[in-house]
Amino acid sequence: MTRQSAARKPETTEAVIRLSDVNKWYGEFQALKDINLTIKRGERVVVCGPSGSGKSTMIRCINRLEEHQRGTIVVDGIELTDNLKNIEAIRSEVGMVFQSFNLFPHLRVIDNLTLAPMWVRKMPKKEAETLAMEYLERVRIPEQAYKFPGQLSGGQQQRVAIARALCMQPKIMLFDEPTSALDPEMIKEVLDVMIELAESGMTMIVVTHEMGFAKTVADTMVFMDAGEIVEVAPPSIFFEAPKSDRTKLFLSQILTH
Amino acid sequence: MQPERRTYAFAVTECMAALEASRKSDTSILNSLAFRGVVYQVLLASGVILLGWYLYHNAHLNLERQGIATGFDFIGERAGFSIGESLIPFDSAQSYGRALLVGILNTLYVAAFGVVLATILGVTMGIARVSSNWLISKLASGYVEACRNVPVVLHVIFWASVIRALPPPREALNPFDGVFITNRGVIYPLPVENAIYPWMGLALLVGIAGAVLFARWAGRRRELTGRNVSTFWPGLGIILGLPLLVWLAGGAPLEWSVPALRGFNFQGGTSLTPEFVGLLVGITVYTGAFIAEIVRAGIQSVPHGQVEAARAVGLRPGLVMRLVILPQALRVIVPPTTSQYLSLTKNSSLGVLIGYPDLVNVGNTTLNQTGQALEAISIMMAVYLMISLSISIFMNFYNRLVAIRER
Ligand SMILES: Nc1ncnc2c1ncn2[C@@H]1O[C@H](COP(=O)(O)OP(=O)(O)OP(=O)(O)O)[C@@H](O)[C@H]1O
Ligand SMILES: [Mg+2]
Repeated sequence: MTRQSAARKPETTEAVIRLSDVNKWYGEFQALKDINLTIKRGERVVVCGPSGSGKSTMIRCINRLEEHQRGTIVVDGIELTDNLKNIEAIRSEVGMVFQSFNLFPHLRVIDNLTLAPMWVRKMPKKEAETLAMEYLERVRIPEQAYKFPGQLSGGQQQRVAIARALCMQPKIMLFDEPTSALDPEMIKEVLDVMIELAESGMTMIVVTHEMGFAKTVADTMVFMDAGEIVEVAPPSIFFEAPKSDRTKLFLSQILTH
Repeated sequence: MQPERRTYAFAVTECMAALEASRKSDTSILNSLAFRGVVYQVLLASGVILLGWYLYHNAHLNLERQGIATGFDFIGERAGFSIGESLIPFDSAQSYGRALLVGILNTLYVAAFGVVLATILGVTMGIARVSSNWLISKLASGYVEACRNVPVVLHVIFWASVIRALPPPREALNPFDGVFITNRGVIYPLPVENAIYPWMGLALLVGIAGAVLFARWAGRRRELTGRNVSTFWPGLGIILGLPLLVWLAGGAPLEWSVPALRGFNFQGGTSLTPEFVGLLVGITVYTGAFIAEIVRAGIQSVPHGQVEAARAVGLRPGLVMRLVILPQALRVIVPPTTSQYLSLTKNSSLGVLIGYPDLVNVGNTTLNQTGQALEAISIMMAVYLMISLSISIFMNFYNRLVAIRER
């Protein structure tokens, strides 16, 4: 029901996300300034930039965890407005992975995964569980299905969080610094899962400082600073010949330490 | 998780294990934590028993020396006073024991209503306080701040005075047909007794059980097929429908005793006394404010990331509350709410101030007439202890139901 009910515009077979002149304020403080960004189906976008530059704010606007005040955001043909039906339709098409995992601590891993398919997609429990096990296989922790999140390591929890988002079979996945809260030895297991997901053709927007990951996976690099998009370029150009001085400075800081 | 309560049997087994261990490892048992734990507990228990016996013995001797009667024989004696309202028949020719029972029932009666109403009020106000609607949340905070910062004694006296300030029966407020609000209490119609009513009560119980079964069935069906079966209206239908059928089968008796003004007061119907209403409203409004704070704190104890994650997968706000926030909030809410139930029950003893014949009121009269203060007080204390323990046991049981496993 959520899939069909919302109005859909025909011209979006190409651009699956379009942000036009998006502005956002927190009180007096402007967190996003005239953001323009178009993302095509299957495109992998890595967003980077200094702390406080508005990266989280931007991707959280895409599934309306934050509200923008000016400009338009169109996701999969649906414009984000106050319309609750539209918002829910978009949220069920857009998966999100948080820095702090945000698994539901009172539910076992498998119940974390089946919750939304059962309550949002109205899927029978059996079917939802089969689906959940499929995705747990994909993130390589099927043996943890009947544990509680608190019993897992950080890397395992983040992979459960990815599987939870995938269980809604979203068209787009948003990642907000998915490895920043992890110990170094666990970062790789999460990045590997994300690389696999990228190879399967998922449209992904990833906020991260893992430049190795960005180089292997990204189609497009986006650099933000002070609420603005400063530079948008394919990784080959972005890393070798960035145009803006701010990008150069940022890259020199992040790549040297 | 609940902290495991160390039962005596458990401590003893632990001690035996420690003995065993100390024999094996050759370290002194006196150093074993478990052994010391048992020793301390035994010492403490003996001390308490000794002290209690000494106090009792001492009081007994002194009273005997002064020629004051001791013991509980007075319970069977004629009470000689009447009680304003009672759930069971009572007159002054009956015993002190029966009078005390009337008091106990009145205490339970007002406390039971108080607990239910304070919970409804508190949960509503607690959720309202975290509402994003400015007016609603400000109104709820206004209620909480106004009510919890005034002593409960004043609440009770205030509401009793409000009721006494209502118009007399001749000018009674008449909000609905047959219902009158006066300074003599709230008077409302009552169906004339009929043999069919107990059966309707039974049908109601059966209906409730049926509705619970139906809800379970609906839950299972939802798991199997994903289809949401609405449970509210069918459930209500089952609960109300069965008594209705019984009523129709019994010839649909329609006789009501409707209150009507005769002279200076109403005849017919039944009434809630001003004392009962004043006490009930007072303790409900007071405790409701505390429960509202507990509910608010419980909801806010759930990290915001949980709400965001739940919204991000597309759950509606109502489902976010029901599936994600409340299950996590309840374990924070239940234990302090238990204390509120206990203090509400104990606060119902303030009925003595406005003339509600609760246990303390009746017990006090008994005490004054018999002069047996220790006995009368200890009966009251024992009864409150028993009521409180029952509430605690029930709430601990409920807490174990909602306490969630996390690891
Ligand atoms: N709820 C809020 N209220 C007020 N200001 C906020 C809020 N959330 C974010 N901000 C501000 O908006 C700016 C952008 O924040 P944002 O979280 O998007 O940055 P970021 O690029 O994700 O940084 P980081 O790398 O530290 O996560 C920051 O200056 C932050 O202080
Ligand atoms: Mg951020």
